[in-house]
Amino acid sequence: MKKGLIYLDHAATTPMDVSVHREMGQYCCLFFGNPATLYSLGRRSNEGVEKARAEVATLLGSSPDEVYFTSGGTESDNWAIQGTAFSHMEKGKHIITSTIEHHAVLDTCKFLEKIGFEVTYVPVDARALIDPDDVRRAIRKDTILISIMHANNEVGTVEPIAEIGKIARKAGVPFHTDAVQTVGKIPAKVDELGVDMLSLSGHKFYGPKGVGAMYIRKGTRIQRFMHGGGQEHNKRAGTHNVQGIVGVGAAAKLAVEHMSEDAERLRKLATKLNDGLLSSIPDIRSNGHPENKLPGMVHVCLEGIEGEAMLLCLDAEDICVSSGSACTTGSLDPSHVLLAMGMPAEVAHGSIRFSLGRHNTEEEIDRVLEVFPPIVRKLRAMSPTYHKTNLQTFRK
Amino acid sequence: MYSQKVMEHFRNPHNVGEFEDPDGVGQVGNPQCGDVMRIGIKVQEDRIADIRFQTLGCAAAIATSSMVTDLAKGKTLDEASKISRDDVAHELDGLPANKMHCSNLAADALREAIKDYRDRQSKSK
Repeated sequence: MKKGLIYLDHAATTPMDVSVHREMGQYCCLFFGNPATLYSLGRRSNEGVEKARAEVATLLGSSPDEVYFTSGGTESDNWAIQGTAFSHMEKGKHIITSTIEHHAVLDTCKFLEKIGFEVTYVPVDARALIDPDDVRRAIRKDTILISIMHANNEVGTVEPIAEIGKIARKAGVPFHTDAVQTVGKIPAKVDELGVDMLSLSGHKFYGPKGVGAMYIRKGTRIQRFMHGGGQEHNKRAGTHNVQGIVGVGAAAKLAVEHMSEDAERLRKLATKLNDGLLSSIPDIRSNGHPENKLPGMVHVCLEGIEGEAMLLCLDAEDICVSSGSACTTGSLDPSHVLLAMGMPAEVAHGSIRFSLGRHNTEEEIDRVLEVFPPIVRKLRAMSPTYHKTNLQTFRK
Repeated sequence: MYSQKVMEHFRNPHNVGEFEDPDGVGQVGNPQCGDVMRIGIKVQEDRIADIRFQTLGCAAAIATSSMVTDLAKGKTLDEASKISRDDVAHELDGLPANKMHCSNLAADALREAIKDYRDRQSKSK
């Protein structure tokens, strides 16, 4: 990473761990064989893949043969939802998900709606928390899938997956969770969560981009997604991304070792940042659930400023963050997550997300707390709406 | 995604602020869309003698506001009314396609300010 750069966008992606990179390197040039071949070079690649599968399984508390490698979180989400829908068509056409899912889930559901499936989107409260009773009430005789994310990628709220899992099991409905934001950061054991399918992505926990996995519980009916060769127990065709898979395995192993220590440290740093922002900047509010939250996630809204402007001013100070404002999402609407939480559009436009990671230090947080308030003052001084409109939502 | 010129105007915008007694004020946009621009003008002998803006919005919104004030300063009201969104974008060495609606606003706010000035003039006559 560039010296002096303060990277606070770990929910977008993480820097690959040097040891992960080292592990991957030998599978690019040295052990390059196709793992489907029978000679020793190929067998060596296959060993790398299976070692990685065991490491991911350990992280998830599953059996290795329930782990299927994919190209990442998006493919896993697409596969879980479409594969379940298409293999349960004779049973029903109803799917339950939430209003705050990642677009990989939401847009897949919208695609299925277009071809005749029906989808219920359960709402969230102002903290982005889903009420398991809403999921229970949404279940119909023809419900074939429930898909609820483990933690939200924008505000960091961790959803009551274990409770929803019990409801799904009782009703006999397959249950998928998009755990892209949680795997490697907080415990995501498939039996404790009670899920039948789980999506994960390597680059969110210091592994490589372009590779992820899906957990599929033994006995879960799901159609194959990629057609072709017989890889991944005939369920996901395509030559293995060996070096990528080895990288996910190495990152999973690191996560098992570092998770609890990292989480505790990140919670402290996030609290310092959150409290520091709230005490040094007026007309600001913190979003997401105060307790059920991803460690390291700080999401705030500021009155009278637009998110992209804050983001670019921070960038000029070599600080990387994200915003849910329309300008950064490429549409005219602000984040669907913030709107689903009941936030007025004019408030949602002023949002900014800091997502901390393993390498962040207290000094870096001090630096953010030093440079951010003057940026806010500068932009507000330029704003025609600050203190001129009465944004009631801020004054609670 | 932004040109260097956009970033320069965003980081150090020209003519920021408001007048205590403007001759004309124009405001366009709304906070729900995330873009609000207000432009105030001082007019002398049918020319824009001074101009200031306030903008809530993204970098493009701020840069286009800054640029439109630069373009308008010193021009006659008729000349300034003809400044288009394409002129503003062109002077900024281009804008991303999805940001063209922002630059539209800056020129609109200027036209609104000129209209406000003319309305005031005709009323006082």
